[in-house]
Amino acid sequence: MLGTTAQGVFWMFRYLERSENMARLIEAGHRIAMTRTSTTRNDEWASVLATAGSFKAYSRAHGPVEDTLAVDYLLRDINNRSSVLSMMGSARHNARIVRTALTREVWEATNEAWLAINAALASPVTDRDLPDLLELIRTQSALVQGMLHGTMVRNEVYDFARLGTFIERADNTARILDVKYWVLVPSGNDVESRDDAEVLGAAPARARGFDDDQAIQWESILRSVSALGPYRRVHPGPITPAGIVEMLILNRRMPRSLAFSFAKVTDNLSYLVESHGQSQPSHKLATELSESLEGRNLESLFDEGVHDFVAGVITSTAELAGQIETDFRFQR
Amino acid sequence: MSPETAVARAASTTNSNQNTASNIEEAGSSLAPATFDEMFAGPGLARPAYAQYLEWFLREEPARLADKAARAEELFRRIGITFNVYDDSAATERLIPFDIVPRLLARDTWAKLSRGIEQRVRAVNSFVADVYGEQEILRAGVVPTDLVLNNEAYLPQMQGLQPPGSIFTHITGVDLVCTGPDEFYVLEDNVRTPSGVSYMLENRETMMQMFPELFSSIRVQPVTDFPHFLRRSLAASAPEGSADRDGWPTIAVLTPGTFNSAYYEHSFLADQMGVELVESRDLQVVDGHLSMRTISGHRPIDVLYRRVDDDFLDPLAFRPDSQLGVAGLMEVYRAGRLTVANAPGTGIADDKALYSYMPEIIEFYTGEPALLNNVTTYRGSEADDLAFMLDHLDELVVKEVHGSGGYGMLVGPASSRAELQRFRHKLMANPGAYIAQPTLALSTVPVLAESGLAPRHVDLRPYVLLSPEGIHITPGGLTRVALTEGSLVVNSSQGGGTKDTWVLE
Repeated sequence: MLGTTAQGVFWMFRYLERSENMARLIEAGHRIAMTRTSTTRNDEWASVLATAGSFKAYSRAHGPVEDTLAVDYLLRDINNRSSVLSMMGSARHNARIVRTALTREVWEATNEAWLAINAALASPVTDRDLPDLLELIRTQSALVQGMLHGTMVRNEVYDFARLGTFIERADNTARILDVKYWVLVPSGNDVESRDDAEVLGAAPARARGFDDDQAIQWESILRSVSALGPYRRVHPGPITPAGIVEMLILNRRMPRSLAFSFAKVTDNLSYLVESHGQSQPSHKLATELSESLEGRNLESLFDEGVHDFVAGVITSTAELAGQIETDFRFQR
Repeated sequence: MSPETAVARAASTTNSNQNTASNIEEAGSSLAPATFDEMFAGPGLARPAYAQYLEWFLREEPARLADKAARAEELFRRIGITFNVYDDSAATERLIPFDIVPRLLARDTWAKLSRGIEQRVRAVNSFVADVYGEQEILRAGVVPTDLVLNNEAYLPQMQGLQPPGSIFTHITGVDLVCTGPDEFYVLEDNVRTPSGVSYMLENRETMMQMFPELFSSIRVQPVTDFPHFLRRSLAASAPEGSADRDGWPTIAVLTPGTFNSAYYEHSFLADQMGVELVESRDLQVVDGHLSMRTISGHRPIDVLYRRVDDDFLDPLAFRPDSQLGVAGLMEVYRAGRLTVANAPGTGIADDKALYSYMPEIIEFYTGEPALLNNVTTYRGSEADDLAFMLDHLDELVVKEVHGSGGYGMLVGPASSRAELQRFRHKLMANPGAYIAQPTLALSTVPVLAESGLAPRHVDLRPYVLLSPEGIHITPGGLTRVALTEGSLVVNSSQGGGTKDTWVLE
């Protein structure tokens, strides 16, 4: 397998996952915004922009956050490289580069996703059409994943597709926690002031339920990562910080948790090691990351400080992605 | 009444089924009366090869056929078989229009035609091998030495180089036109990097998916095994002793990249052959071998099916500014550790200035007269010919010697007085850059137009594979069709479409 093919597959699936995550994030934002007054609504969109890593770029382009503009920026702005439209273009561009490595089904699903999403985003999306549109994006992404699952030989190409998917997913879940951690705190409302004391770890807050507004926010977030139903089954009673942390960080059965994502990354790197017969630094990094979550209990995580931990994960994920790129000769 | 109208009327009266006269367009009156229609021999009378098809066609609901045509476009868009249009930044990816009426060739017609193709392709390869070898044909004075050695398409870097089996033209796409029953002319021998074979294959795939019943009743020779033959042919052309541990040579397809107009085809062929698709950035010379960078290190390549032009192959040997090639590739090639398909420098054989010598070239190498017709060609470089060209500009097709894709070309009979005048000045300013040919009465095959069947001009490009093991000619090839009524230009970049081509068993 060519290094550039590995790179193309890896990024194709990162972009695909990222655009799906963007749809999920907008969906959560939209739900939360609906429960708000017109002024606090824009705060919610600021937090969505921050999670997407697009807050600064948005501010440069448009100034103060305004809901319609923010949604359009995140969905349709081709000058925004992180908009769904741009990312679907990037995913499809990478798919074209690695066309020979994909089954016809995976390629066609990707091409069709691109065609459908392009058509749907050809004109501004009204509030009324937003839920359907977000659903379309998630469905198209699922079709590609489904074709991958159902038609691809479990070879190196598959491994890189999975690596791209789960590196991206881990990064996304960590970012949601990174931005939203302040919601767990009774006071504090400023998205930008992340350097507050680590309040999450304060024992009284940990087991206590949230107030109504916080509960709505967390419900929306859990829903957006398809975790609300499972949460209710695993944690009867009100939503608590401890429950959230368990669900999104430590739960090994939740397909969008950090523990799950890093286990997948480690597995796929192990398969690559098997077929190459030599261990790579990226494998070691991933194993360490995975193990740091495996042996972890809630207490020790809160003692360390959830926010610091999550910030560390974001950095490690970026390092790991860079190491994969080097180990497998993505570039000359 | 034009012949086509007659056909339309007759077709509708001889068949009492759902089809009406509106199904067959009352058009085509602008065509020369001498035009040979491949489907109809006369009013309402299908030629034998088409009898069964036409019977089926006339039984079909026009609405269903229109649906199928729309469905075909949808299929092509979904698989992404698009091409990039030059000078068109707004829509960089377009579909080549596909017509659902197939072009049929009778078994005997094809048998005769393929004998002529084989003779021509073998002669062209011998010519290239000779030019870069002993140059017997130049010493014999059959072709002017100056025309060959001072030709832009001649590569001095290739002199004295003999690739495995003396095969230079591994893949040829011969452009043919039909002018009458079993009467074919060769317009061009494309021996550089002929394209379009993916359309031939996808057209067949689409037809089989949409009209399976036709393939059950009409026996059509298969083309879908082309990638298999291509791979076999390339493998047979590998340098000696280059098989890897699996016992097979390593083959790769070199593409300029995703922005190239034929990128779809490059990836399609690599995929169908099961070989790597590589770009410049994947390649470098390692330990004397052309190698590709894989996730576990460098892997040597034995055969490079390159879809990059000669000039860009190696910045050390050709254009130093090339970003599409590999530094040192030619050195590896000269050392006999790589097969490049087609060989660099083959363009000397499909140069338009040399075209007129093809009958002599064929006779020189095969000892037999050419089986396929060559079009009479006037050379702007020769005074008598130039005078004739200037006198008969309105009757001739004038082409740039180094042009391609239908650009920079004048179709005399279809041009306005002002256009003729402008071209006259261009011709006089640089006569050596042009050749001229009489306009041929190109055959027509009907397409499905909005109002029904309508005759349109077509050409044919069969693909031919040559290796030390032998020759393989695809039964049929790619039929290109000028979709504009009366137009003779079939190039996809200028509004041409394609048809599936059926050679009958």
